[in-house]
Amino acid sequence: MNFEFSDDQLVMKEEVRKLFEKEDSVKRNRNILEGDENFDKDLWTKVVEMGLTAITIPEEHGGIGLGFLELCVVAEEMGRAIAPIPYSSSVYLATTAIINSSNDDVKKEYLPKLAAGEMLGTFAHSEELGTPTSNNAKTTFQNGKLSGDKIAVPDGDIANLFVVSAKSGDKVGLFLVDADSKGVEVSKAECFDGSRSYANISFKDVDAKIIEDSSSGAIDKLLNQAAVLFAFEQVGGAEASMNMAKEYAMGRYAFGRQIGSFQAIKHKLADMYISLTLARSNCYFGAWALGNDAPELPVAAATARVSATKAFYECSKENIQTHGGMGATWEFDCHLFYRRARLLSANIGGQSLWKDKLVSSIERSNLPQ
Amino acid sequence: MDFNDTAEEAKFRKEASDWLSANAEKKEHSRDVYRPAEMTGEAGESSALQDAKDWMTKKYEAGWACLHWPKEYGGRDATAIERVIWAQEESKYKVPGGFHEIGQGMAGPTMMLYATEEQKKQYLPPMAKGQEIWCQLFSEPGAGSDLAGIKTKAELDGDTWTINGQKVWTSGAHYSDYAILVTRSDFNAPKHKGLTYFFLDMKSPGIEVRPIRQITGGANFNEVYFTDVKIPDSQRLGEVGDGWKVALTTLMNERLAVGDASGVDFQEIFELTKESDFNGENAISNGGVREKLADWYCEYAGLKYTKMRNISALSRGDTPGPDASITKIVSANKLQDIANFGMDLMDNASIIKSDDKDDIRALFQGSLLGAPLIRIAGGTDEILRNIIAEQVLGMPQDVRVDKTVPFNEIPSGSKN
Repeated sequence: MNFEFSDDQLVMKEEVRKLFEKEDSVKRNRNILEGDENFDKDLWTKVVEMGLTAITIPEEHGGIGLGFLELCVVAEEMGRAIAPIPYSSSVYLATTAIINSSNDDVKKEYLPKLAAGEMLGTFAHSEELGTPTSNNAKTTFQNGKLSGDKIAVPDGDIANLFVVSAKSGDKVGLFLVDADSKGVEVSKAECFDGSRSYANISFKDVDAKIIEDSSSGAIDKLLNQAAVLFAFEQVGGAEASMNMAKEYAMGRYAFGRQIGSFQAIKHKLADMYISLTLARSNCYFGAWALGNDAPELPVAAATARVSATKAFYECSKENIQTHGGMGATWEFDCHLFYRRARLLSANIGGQSLWKDKLVSSIERSNLPQ
Repeated sequence: MDFNDTAEEAKFRKEASDWLSANAEKKEHSRDVYRPAEMTGEAGESSALQDAKDWMTKKYEAGWACLHWPKEYGGRDATAIERVIWAQEESKYKVPGGFHEIGQGMAGPTMMLYATEEQKKQYLPPMAKGQEIWCQLFSEPGAGSDLAGIKTKAELDGDTWTINGQKVWTSGAHYSDYAILVTRSDFNAPKHKGLTYFFLDMKSPGIEVRPIRQITGGANFNEVYFTDVKIPDSQRLGEVGDGWKVALTTLMNERLAVGDASGVDFQEIFELTKESDFNGENAISNGGVREKLADWYCEYAGLKYTKMRNISALSRGDTPGPDASITKIVSANKLQDIANFGMDLMDNASIIKSDDKDDIRALFQGSLLGAPLIRIAGGTDEILRNIIAEQVLGMPQDVRVDKTVPFNEIPSGSKN
C-alpha cells in the first residue's frame, strides 16, 4: 500500500510553497483586500510562469500532462497562502470542465490558451439565494444562443471565458461563452472576502459553444472534482491557521507563563489538529478517487469537502480566539483566513448541501462494506 | 497513490491467509464474530479465556504469535507492515481474543528492554505461546491520570523487596499469572524520582484480588491489595528510583495497543436509520438525521484513512506519527454519541433492556454503557489531548507545582 503522494509530487508541493513564501502571499492577500485591484496580477504571472495553469492539460493541447494528484498538492499550497488570484476558477473549474468535455474542437481551441495563461476561465453556475445543484439552472441554451442571469460568479470580472450551466431541452448542460461576446454584461460585486473578486453576469442571446449537453452527470462530476481540489485548499488554510495559533500561544505570556502551557489552549490546539488530520486523510482518499476517476468519487469528494470545510472553519475561528483581542483586529492576519474559510465553504455549495449529497451517495453505493 | 501490496507484502498476505483459512472459520459478515460456548458470567469468561489461550498457542506453534518479536523469544522477526497485514487477515476470521494484549503488547516490550537475557528466555516464549496471562498494576485510588503519584510502598531488605499498598482498575488481575508493577521506593525524593518497577508472580502470598463491578454490569477489572508481598530484587526492571522511565516505555506501547473503540459505528447507525420509523417515514429521510450521519461518516472515514496513512508509512519503513491518540479520542466519542442517538431513534423500545447479542438494542445499550470506560481507559480524552499538544505540536508542559517537591509533602487524592 502506498497512500502517500510520490516524491516528485512532494517536491512540486515544496516548490509552490517556496514561491508563495518568497512572494509573501499573505501580505499580497491584504493588499488586494485593502486596494482597488481585483487580483494580484504579478503573482498570477509568476504562477503561470511556473506552469501551474497547465498541470492537468494534456501535452497535445499545450499542457504538462500531469494528473489531478499534482493539482491536489498545488491546491493545498494555494490554501495555505490564501493566494489572491483566480487560480481555482480557471484551473479547478473551467479547465477541468473543458478537459472532461467530449467536444474536441473546444479542447483544441481553448486548452492551449488556458495552459499558457492567455485566457482565464471561470464557472458561472449560481442563480439565486441557495445552493447550486446539477438541476436548478434557469439559464437556457437553444440554437447556439445562451440567455440567463448568473450571480456570484467567482472572478467573473476577471475571466475572459465562462463555463456556464444552462438548460438545453430537458437536460442541464455545460456551455462555453467568450467574455467579449455581444450580450454579456458583467457587474462587479463587493465580496465578503475582499482578497477575491466576484461578479454578477447577465447573458442575453449570446453565442455559446457546447461543452457537454448529452450527459446529465457532467455538472455533478465537475462539482465533485472541484470539491476535492477545494478541500485541499481548505486543508492548507486550516493548517496555516492552526500553526498561527500555535506560534502565538508559544510567544504570548499571561499569568507569568506562555499561554500555550494552559490546557484550555492546548486542548483547543489538539482539537484543531484532530479536525485537520481527519480532513487531510479524507482528502487523500478524495485525491485517489479523483486521480483514478474511481466510482468512489461522489462519496470521497463529499467526505473530503465536508470534513475540510469543518476543519478550516474550526481552525480559523479558534485561531482568532487564541489570539484574544488582537485576533479580532484588522491589523492581524487572522481574519484573512477566517474570511477565506467562509468563502471556500460557500463557493460550490454549502455544508448542508454537501452533507446531504454525502448521505445520498452512501445510500446509492451501499458503502461501507 | 495505490492500495496494492508490494510483491513481498502480497506473498506474506497469502501465506497468512492460507494458514488462517486452514485453521479458523471465516466470518460471514462484520458482526459474525467469535462467541464463547457460554455467553455470560464467570463461565462465559473462563470459556472465552481458554479458547483465547488455545488459539494463541496454535498460532505460536505455527509461528504466527507476537509476529514482530525476535524468533528467539517466540516471535517471527516480522516487519511492522507484516504485523498489520496479519491483523487485517486475522480480523476476517471468527477467532477469540482480548486476553493477551497487556502481556504481549505492554509487559513483553518492557521486559524486552529491561529484563536479563535469562529472564527474557524464561518468560517471553510462554507469553507468546499464550497459556500465561499478564496484567498491569499501575493505577491507584490516588493516581490515575497522574500516574507518578502512586503510593504503593516498596522496601528493600537484603535482596528482597516487601510491597504494601493498593492498586486499582487492574484488568484481568483475577485470571492473570504474572504482572508488571510500579511502586514507590523513596517517599522523600521528588515524585518522578522515587519509583521502582518490578514484575511478579500473581500467586505470591499477600496478594488479594477483589473484583470491581463496572457500569456495564460486568467485572473485568479489580482492586489488588498487597500485604507484605515479597519480590526478589532480581525481578526489578530498571534501576532503583528509575521506575518512571520504565513505566513510560510500557505506556508508549499501551497507546499503540489501544485502537478503535469496539461497539456501534457508522454502519450500525446507518442501517438503523434506514429501518426505523420516524413520523411515518424512515429516519434516514429526515434532514437532521442526515446531518448527523454525514458527520459520523466523515469521522469514520477520516480514522480509516488516517490508519492507512500510518500503514503506508510503515510500508515505506518510516515511523508512523503519534496519531494513535487521535483514534481513541475520536472513536470513543463517536461510539458514545452514535449509541445515544441510536437509542433515541428506537424511542421507547430502547428502554427495554436486552441481553440477546443478536438484538440490535443490546448492541446500542452495551455501547452506551461501555463508551465511558473507553474514554477513560488507557489515557483519558484530556490526557490524550495533552499528548497531542505536547508531543505532536510541541507545545510546553503545564506548570507542575509538584515536580521538585519531596513526594511526602504533595497533597493527593480526594479531599472531600
